[in-house]
Amino acid sequence: MLNPSILAEIGPGELEAGLTALGRGIVYGGAAIGPGLGIGLIAGNAITAMARQPEAAGMVRTTMFLGIAFTEALALFGFVLAFILAG
Amino acid sequence: MLAIEFPPISHLLNWPDIWFEDTAFAVNKVTMLFVVAAVMVATFYLVAGSKKQLVPTGVQSVAESAIGFVRDGIIMETAGPAGLPFLPFLLTLFSFIFCLNIIGLVPFVQMPANARMALPAIMALVVWATYIVVGMVKQGPLHYFKGVAFPPGVPKPIYLLVTPIEIVSTFIVRPLSLAVRLFANLLAGHLILVSFAILSEALFDATYIGVVAPFFMLVALTGFELLVAFLQAYIFTILASVYIGGAIHPDH
Repeated sequence: MLNPSILAEIGPGELEAGLTALGRGIVYGGAAIGPGLGIGLIAGNAITAMARQPEAAGMVRTTMFLGIAFTEALALFGFVLAFILAG
Repeated sequence: MLAIEFPPISHLLNWPDIWFEDTAFAVNKVTMLFVVAAVMVATFYLVAGSKKQLVPTGVQSVAESAIGFVRDGIIMETAGPAGLPFLPFLLTLFSFIFCLNIIGLVPFVQMPANARMALPAIMALVVWATYIVVGMVKQGPLHYFKGVAFPPGVPKPIYLLVTPIEIVSTFIVRPLSLAVRLFANLLAGHLILVSFAILSEALFDATYIGVVAPFFMLVALTGFELLVAFLQAYIFTILASVYIGGAIHPDH
């Protein structure tokens, strides 16, 4: 049985710490959704392109890394922001 | 019960000063890694270039393949032949970042120096200044800034939207994302390795046999970080090359 009075036993600052941890999780999780989809699309389409035209693989690979680098930056901003959030 | 205490992040990244404590020139572990990496890169290329053989062997062939990689794999693919004068700059960037990242994985050193914001920020600022200066020299200052703010081939009313976006993305987001990308990738890798190291230690203390799984992951992830070390050096260099290439040839 869960004791309802457990809510009254939160020490000073514990609620803030817990909410900050929750906020960090939400910030990074939210920031990872879009770039995750984007990188999947980039890599998938690059594989299709390389399979169709293996002689262009080098060019496709360079462009793929460029696309991944630009897309990934958004997720990394979220990652850094999660640490910047004051704890 | 196993209760694992993850140390606060400052314990993982802040190193105590060794020399010149509390001055602007304080030297700590990260500073020493910068110096070690710079000396290693300089020594490597000096030794490789000391006796120039027609058929390269040993160090010289490694250095020549690195130069070939940066020239054919990075510059020719992005900036084209006009970017070749920047081969020394980009090769130095690539070698230095790669060397720092690799040193960060050596057992008992295990601190990626690029996981502190200082060096990525400075390198991104150097790249930022380089491509702006290159653009102003090659195209003329007025033409360069006009080309950035008003890309040709856009219907006139759309400039209301395009111009602010282009200015912010070229002069603010580019250097910021260049620095944050390198920094955050290495910080994330370092944190993952630390998590598995702490988990291994806790399970070793608790059960002895339970250490096998997390320690295997620790070794496997160190291997993965080797890939990241190369990939991030490659991406930083190729983006620098793209930005310089874009400053040399304006959009038509």
